[in-house]
Amino acid sequence: MNMLQDNNWLLSVGTFLPLVGVVVLLLMPKAQDSAIKYVALVTSIATLIAGVYTALKFDYGQAEKLQFVVDVRWISVIRSSYLIGLDGISLPLYLLSMVITLLVVVYSLDHVPNPGKPKAFFVLLLVLQTGMAGTFIAQDLILFFVFFELVLLPMFFLIGVWGGEQRQYASIKFFLFTMFGSAMMLVAFLALFFKTGAESFSIPYLIENGADIAKTTQIWIFAGMFVGFAVKVPMFPFHTWLPDAHTEAPTQGSVILAAILLKLGTYGFVRIALPTLPDAAREWAPYIGALAVIGIIYGALGCLAQSDMKRLIAFSSVAHMGFVMLGISTLTSFGVNAAMFGMVAHGLITGMLFFIAGSVKERYHTLEIAELGGMLTAVPRLGWIFGFCAMASLGLPGLAGFWGEFPAILSAYNPAEGLNESTFRVFMVIAALGTVLAAAYLLWMFQRVAFSSAKTASSHSNHDDLHDVTTHEWIAWTPLLVGILVFGILPNLLFSVFEPAVRITLKVFGG
Amino acid sequence: MLLLDLLIDQRKQWLLTVISSFTLLAAMLPVLMLGLSETSVRSMFDGRYVVDDFSLVIKGLFLLAGYVVVLLSSSHVEQGEYWRGEYWFLLLTSLLGMLMMASSRDLVSVFVALEFLSIPAYMLAAWRKRDAKSNEAGVKYFLLGVFASAVMLYGMSLMYGVANSTLLVDIAKTLTTTGDFAAVHALAVVFVIVGFAFKVSAVPFHTWAPDTYEGAPTPITAFLSVASKAAGFVALVVLIYTAFPASQDVWQPFVWVLSALTMTVGNVLALKQHNIVRMIAYSSISQGGFVLMPLAVAGLTGAESSALRSVVLYMIVYAATNLGVFAVILAVSAKTRSGEISSFGGLFSYAPGLGVLMTLFLASLTGIPPLGGWIAKFVAFQSLLQSQSNWGYALAIIGAVNSVVAFGYYGNVMREIWMRPVPDGDVTPIVAPGSLRLALALTSVLTLVFGILPSVGLHFADLAEIAGAITR
Repeated sequence: MNMLQDNNWLLSVGTFLPLVGVVVLLLMPKAQDSAIKYVALVTSIATLIAGVYTALKFDYGQAEKLQFVVDVRWISVIRSSYLIGLDGISLPLYLLSMVITLLVVVYSLDHVPNPGKPKAFFVLLLVLQTGMAGTFIAQDLILFFVFFELVLLPMFFLIGVWGGEQRQYASIKFFLFTMFGSAMMLVAFLALFFKTGAESFSIPYLIENGADIAKTTQIWIFAGMFVGFAVKVPMFPFHTWLPDAHTEAPTQGSVILAAILLKLGTYGFVRIALPTLPDAAREWAPYIGALAVIGIIYGALGCLAQSDMKRLIAFSSVAHMGFVMLGISTLTSFGVNAAMFGMVAHGLITGMLFFIAGSVKERYHTLEIAELGGMLTAVPRLGWIFGFCAMASLGLPGLAGFWGEFPAILSAYNPAEGLNESTFRVFMVIAALGTVLAAAYLLWMFQRVAFSSAKTASSHSNHDDLHDVTTHEWIAWTPLLVGILVFGILPNLLFSVFEPAVRITLKVFGG
Repeated sequence: MLLLDLLIDQRKQWLLTVISSFTLLAAMLPVLMLGLSETSVRSMFDGRYVVDDFSLVIKGLFLLAGYVVVLLSSSHVEQGEYWRGEYWFLLLTSLLGMLMMASSRDLVSVFVALEFLSIPAYMLAAWRKRDAKSNEAGVKYFLLGVFASAVMLYGMSLMYGVANSTLLVDIAKTLTTTGDFAAVHALAVVFVIVGFAFKVSAVPFHTWAPDTYEGAPTPITAFLSVASKAAGFVALVVLIYTAFPASQDVWQPFVWVLSALTMTVGNVLALKQHNIVRMIAYSSISQGGFVLMPLAVAGLTGAESSALRSVVLYMIVYAATNLGVFAVILAVSAKTRSGEISSFGGLFSYAPGLGVLMTLFLASLTGIPPLGGWIAKFVAFQSLLQSQSNWGYALAIIGAVNSVVAFGYYGNVMREIWMRPVPDGDVTPIVAPGSLRLALALTSVLTLVFGILPSVGLHFADLAEIAGAITR
């Protein structure tokens, strides 16, 4: 595989810049709140500038090739190297992680959750950013693993320190689930390494040589990776950490979790599991598809049963990630493109929904749907933004959500060669039913929260808190809202970036 | 040169902390010089006492660990009811035993080194002599330790009876699993391994460890759980690689079972502890299982050198991290006067530096990149999978599950530090004494460096070729 090495310093700068901010923050006395926020803001803006510059320098004519490649010896004894690069699959996610972090930092300027400690909070956010960006650019399994794990601890503390009532339980649960997955994943990586001749951990190398492994072995190795990535996605039945983590996490944590962290799992499938182990992927595809549609239906039913707004949004993530996984399980470039689009769209929309949930909580001091109501009259702008996002989330054509969901369903009509067509068509029908359920729970929630009369029960009659969208919120939200609309109208902006890279990745499946 | 390395330590009758720490640093010099010199192997007494790369790396490890223990002790010792002179004397004698262990290539000298390092340790464990717990610690350690020595001696005598030599290399030549004496061989090998299993507190020979660790003065606990344990592993490694290569059918399954049991039982029991030192005791038992892990496949083609590398690296990283943990415990308990895990509550709010360091050390023990622990675990897994045997795969999966379970209790401490309120509301900041700070700085820098630039640690681990090992 040929790689382009121009401007290859860009990726390292973009990835490690947040750590520079972390060092500066660590050296600052913790009393200087505003200076700390300022440094965090500047760091994340600088990071995004590096990211945007990367996107400008990116050669879209050759989106299928790895660009900005750096290959430096790192741990030569175990044949792992610092190999990073960016192609059409990683670029949008890489950029998304930077955008989301910046927006989260902006939002946090006047929303540092209890118990304060802004210094530690921003340090963790920035470390998190390095881990996320690093995962999307790593082209070496060990490096991938290191970045993948780097995300865990900051998130653990974000949930555990700044979260809600049950935060300690939720944070440990989150950590144990994901750590279990990554331990299995690591064993699988090592097995893959030795079965391909113990030459290199580089992903391009493994893609070339992985296919030669005997089929049964592949299936076992895939099982290890499957556990690792599926926990992160999360797929049914590994999803149980997600509602707890989302519900208890502070707004910022939920947004990052939904917008980026969940994508690490699906990205892992597309980048590593499918292309390195094609035979196993073919064997596993029907099961992945089945779990995906179970996730869609289960997530939707779970939503209908929730009385808490944030928990409802969390369950809707399970359903949406089900669509993404369904697209991936078809092993066609059409399906995987849909999945990639679904990831970005879900990141924008669900991230936005969690922002709204956070602001609602701040104003009404509760997220119980039954106690909310009349948002359109009390805080009309917030109410309409909420409506807009709910529509986007249920897959209304013209908004971004549609282009993740609809093609994913469609792709199941015609899965890759060697997969049973009728099985996947059954999946298609069930998934389509899932969209109806999605419309049901989202509209129902919107109806109860936004319409009807404002509930002025004594418990939260403190009308001083009921202000409409603030400036910081506008700044943090506008890019997401614009993104939802623009990608909804012009989906080709993203598809044209994904397409070549996805096709190359999936060429082993003859799609 | 060789003797200088050892003799300097023996002259430890001076009573000052400073001198003992400088002695250790001074002893590093010959080790370093030998390490840089051309000749790779020097041996004495017909190869019964050998200085090769392996022993040099290990000596360096012991000296550095000893130095940190001295740093940890210095403030502790000054707080009354300690007999400084004897304390240092015993500590350094024990260290001398360890240094000898690294070079011993003969049953007799291995045994002498073992006793040399153990007997002072028994006394040190019971150092706080007015404290019943400390006495219990010493007695338990002593009785079980002596019992272990006896079992081991029995095994060694059987071995000598068959091989007609105490030189490890000669034993390797005669020791086979076939032939007339196969059963005696097997018995001898198992007995000797059992003896060292006590030393490294492998399950089911671990029962002394938690009580001893809890009762002994904390710096001594650090010493026992790091240096003394490492000495046990060193002896095991030397024996397995030089004396028992032919009888892998005996020790491989045995070590496999020991390793799997050790990490699992250690973990499960650690989950239930309320006392921080006891928890660390069980955690170090479980970490011992990880060190043993690659040895279970050490006899298989392809895995010999990587297993050795993994054991050495694991010991180095584990030493740095665990000593760091003890340094934090010492600093915190000086203020809270409590050994409960809950006494760490809210540490981050009044001593953020210590809180963050403790988090780093615990995360490293869990094996989270980019901290030292992960590369050690990684290399251990790598070695297991490299053997390409089903035993290796099975143990790797057991290890993977265990490393997750371990977070249950490490995470618990982190939770106390970050998320719980301060138990007694006393939020005066902790001012750690200078020596402790130095120890903390040393261990945390090492932990980070091993994690981010794993090639540093691997370089030393790779140097560590045992002269006259299997390959010969």
